[in-house]
Amino acid sequence: MFDPATLEVLSLSLWVATTAVLLSLPLALVVAWFLARSRWRGKMLVDALVHLPLVLPPVVTGYLLLVGLGRNSLVGGWLADTFGLVFAFRWTGAALAGAIMGFPLLVRPIRLSLEAIDTRVESAAATLGASPLWVALTVTLPLALPGVIAGLVLAFARALGEFGATITFASNIPGETRTLPIAIYTFIQVPGGEGRAAQLILISVAVSLAALVASELIARRVKRLQALA
Amino acid sequence: MLSIDIAHRQGDFTLECAFDSDARVTGLFGPSGAGKSSLLRIIAGLVRPDRGRVELAGRCVFDSQAGVHVPAHRRRIGYVFQRARLFAHLNVRHNLGYGAWFAREKPVRARFEQVVDMLDIGPLLGRRIHGLSGGEQQRVAIGRALLSNPAMLLLDEPLASLDVARRQEVLPYIERLSAESELPILFVSHQLDELLRLANRRVVAIRDGRVTFSGPTAEFLAQPALLGAEQARDAGVLLRGEIVAHVLADGLTELACGGQLLYVPQVEHAAGAEITLHVRARDVMLARERPQDISALNVLEARIERLANDGDYAVNVQMRVGEQPLEARITRRSAQALALAPGQTVHAVIKSLALAEQAWERLGGL
Repeated sequence: MFDPATLEVLSLSLWVATTAVLLSLPLALVVAWFLARSRWRGKMLVDALVHLPLVLPPVVTGYLLLVGLGRNSLVGGWLADTFGLVFAFRWTGAALAGAIMGFPLLVRPIRLSLEAIDTRVESAAATLGASPLWVALTVTLPLALPGVIAGLVLAFARALGEFGATITFASNIPGETRTLPIAIYTFIQVPGGEGRAAQLILISVAVSLAALVASELIARRVKRLQALA
Repeated sequence: MLSIDIAHRQGDFTLECAFDSDARVTGLFGPSGAGKSSLLRIIAGLVRPDRGRVELAGRCVFDSQAGVHVPAHRRRIGYVFQRARLFAHLNVRHNLGYGAWFAREKPVRARFEQVVDMLDIGPLLGRRIHGLSGGEQQRVAIGRALLSNPAMLLLDEPLASLDVARRQEVLPYIERLSAESELPILFVSHQLDELLRLANRRVVAIRDGRVTFSGPTAEFLAQPALLGAEQARDAGVLLRGEIVAHVLADGLTELACGGQLLYVPQVEHAAGAEITLHVRARDVMLARERPQDISALNVLEARIERLANDGDYAVNVQMRVGEQPLEARITRRSAQALALAPGQTVHAVIKSLALAEQAWERLGGL
């Protein structure tokens, strides 16, 4: 049904977006927790920083990433020499760009669901013998699960559609960083590429719809399991 | 068993409480906003007081001087809150098992069944929390606390959030708990009737963050000033009696009280059981001669010990029925008309219906 090149674009995109979202989840949990629970005044700054990619032009984010993590930069050079971890012009860069662009969307629903949790239920757990870590694992996180799922889906969709920061930071390399939107853009630029672009556009729509439907189903199932009236 | 001496500031409110209790059931009484819940949170370790010392079941869990602060999850406190605070993501069985999972000594299976039986929550085990009524949730919360293998139970107005019907549903379980359980219990309430029913031996009263009374419940009840305006109408005495027989035909129970007989609307307990009877002073009428042909069933011979003016128009007449105290609140006009004086023998008249719902089994231990 699809030719190998289309399949390659699709699988690369899914891989990049999945990696981006799953690797940023732990940090998102920590940040959301901090934003929801901390009474520190400086948290407004952290909040602004997290939301920055949402308001900055994506190309600017991509450029900043290139300057900050490019091979010739201080941090980028150190990462490459110490861990062999290269971002610029690699799929890892595409994943990082997607993660950063999706991060605010991942943090926000988790934060909201954490804020909605009655902390008195957590103190009840403490009196029943659960240490703070166990309270977090057995009470807080399960109760926040709908928010975590919502965040994952939003961030995944954002990472899948990421264009500006990716093309600036990781460029347009077939099989390495040419994800769905970049491939669509490329085909539209070439005379006679409209057909293949249309095919990819249909795939985009299908994947996004599937993600939304799946998240709705999971959220409903979680809600039913949790029986939140 | 329980020894508290703490000071804590919360905004404008200062809590400064010191009391001891070795009773199995201690009632903590006070109006809303007196600091009862704050004190409980401190005992449970959810709030760290500014200074002082807290000892639970013979174990020091907080001492500001020695720098001891045992965190809440290591205090082994079974805490039943005003609202059930159940875990919405777990079913009833897993809510019950939550505390047991962390307990160092796991309660045995038989204990689980015993608690489930006592609270009648067997049919609910597989249910989700949101389908339960308020009363059912509160029973599950009590079970959850009991099964965490606590060294002490804190009941923070567990009936306060329930409507009257649900209260009647849950109250007998708490009654059973305070009668049967061997755990020390601190029962908090701002309702005198609840307190008398569940903690009729030992009371600690607090008001505005300070302890105003700590001692036997009977002594507390005799001091209307301590009860506060809302509950002063319930001031009176606790009479001890023994069930002689149930007069089934009339729906009454006959009690022996200091050699005299009393009739009260039927009490559930068996003949021979010791009963505590809350007799409100305002329900007691006095007569110089034994009244004839009156509807009140109870006429007790009593000796006047003391008369005390109470407000503009009332007099509190303190008496003895045998060894036990009895109190009548009558108008000053009546007291003068009868020329009442200490040393006299009078007849105290109490309607049986005034004693309805005022008789409870005496709880063991002091």
